[in-house]
Amino acid sequence: MKRTAFNNIHKNLGAKMVEFAGYEMPVLYDGIISEHKAVRESVGVFDVSHMGEVEIKGKDAYEYVQKLTTNDVSKLSKGKVQYSSMCYKNGGMVDDLLVYHCGDYLMLVINAANIDKDLKWMNENIFGDVQIINIADKTSLLAIQGKNAANVLQRLTDTDLSKIDYYCFEFGKVAGQEVIISRTGYTGEKVCFEIYSCSDIQKSEALWNSIFKAGKEYNIKPVGLGARDTLRLEYAFRLYGNDMDEKTNPLEAGLGWITKLDKGDFNGRDAILKAKSEGLKRKLVGFIVEDKMVARHGQEVYSGDKKVGIVASGALSPVLNKNIGLAFVETGYNEIGKQIEISIRNRKVKAKIVKTPFL
Amino acid sequence: MNIPSDLKYTKDHEYVRVENGIGIVGITDYAQSELGDIIYLDITAEVGSEIKKGDSVGSIEAVKTVSEVFSPVTGKLIEVNTSINDNPSVINSDTYGGGWLVKIEISDNSELDSLLDADAYKQLINA
Repeated sequence: MKRTAFNNIHKNLGAKMVEFAGYEMPVLYDGIISEHKAVRESVGVFDVSHMGEVEIKGKDAYEYVQKLTTNDVSKLSKGKVQYSSMCYKNGGMVDDLLVYHCGDYLMLVINAANIDKDLKWMNENIFGDVQIINIADKTSLLAIQGKNAANVLQRLTDTDLSKIDYYCFEFGKVAGQEVIISRTGYTGEKVCFEIYSCSDIQKSEALWNSIFKAGKEYNIKPVGLGARDTLRLEYAFRLYGNDMDEKTNPLEAGLGWITKLDKGDFNGRDAILKAKSEGLKRKLVGFIVEDKMVARHGQEVYSGDKKVGIVASGALSPVLNKNIGLAFVETGYNEIGKQIEISIRNRKVKAKIVKTPFL
Repeated sequence: MNIPSDLKYTKDHEYVRVENGIGIVGITDYAQSELGDIIYLDITAEVGSEIKKGDSVGSIEAVKTVSEVFSPVTGKLIEVNTSINDNPSVINSDTYGGGWLVKIEISDNSELDSLLDADAYKQLINA
């Protein structure tokens, strides 16, 4: 099992560790609900060093990424980040990712569980003057999220954080270390940063400790993967493996907004266009369970006796204190306001399709 | 890890406290800490029904997962702790007290001998 540079820190904090995507990762420290609330009410720190970072260099790097991904790379300029996805030729999703415009090269940030398969796909599709450089093992990544995140980080950097807009980034120094300061996150918090740094254990631990020292007066808390999941779900951020996979095209996953069918050719475009013209058979929608039971991934969705879908993600929303989720539901049954039933432990539980995000 | 010496335990991490022939059943401190934040108690067995040792009486929903609760004893289900769903975290904070789940009128006291005592349970979870 792989370990991030913060592994000893997690264990010393008494985190409950689990295997996730081949890494030993903290699922929780105090408890998912208290960690969730720490992020919503003040600030929390996540070790997400398991994420994969890949640099794309060479004369044809931009053209290559434009062909590889569904969003429009030509809309990016240096210092901007774009949420995007990669598809196979059949329109099924390889992964969702972030694309960083770093001037003369790009950085792609991909899901930990998909690093090997993504790299394989990227290498199979390489053309022209393009170098694909996997820097995942050399990179630590901390997410600092919540309304006090800037107050904490600003103490550790000369970079004016108020000048970094949402989905923008800067190269800078935090606690004396060369890092990328990215205004991004997976929590839905408006004040959100992700710090890419060197994965040297000593340096990473020093960075973590500096952040926690600076955050003490804001009651900064470490947050595990458990709360990362409930936080992202309140904003209906998709999770690869639950809400998207190789059998899902981005339109079905509700990712039409990052699928620029008019930007020119890209992998999967023809298949996605075809699926669109034929009419989508199903779509990912949000629901609220009208009961105390939590819907979970894989449970079946019914309308009367007819099976009309399947739950993709489900959890308690600690903020709403309601059980929320995302489900793939057939066309005709997936309009907002429609009643559905979810089969939870052999009982059909009422739920309602609602607009997302949930907050 | 809190493992009271006056209780009996199962390998599935339930406890039973016997008072005047009534078994008060809950999950162990170890079980609640493994489950994490508990948000719902879903007892599906009905009050008055006959339960066999090892039968599922329902499940406990935590944020991250769901876990079934199996009866440690045979007997009649006489009470469900319905107040738990007003504050499910009581299972996390006081599982051996206010966090009890069901009461079962024990029909065969000899069954208790087949359950684990505190020392054996402690060994089971390597505490």
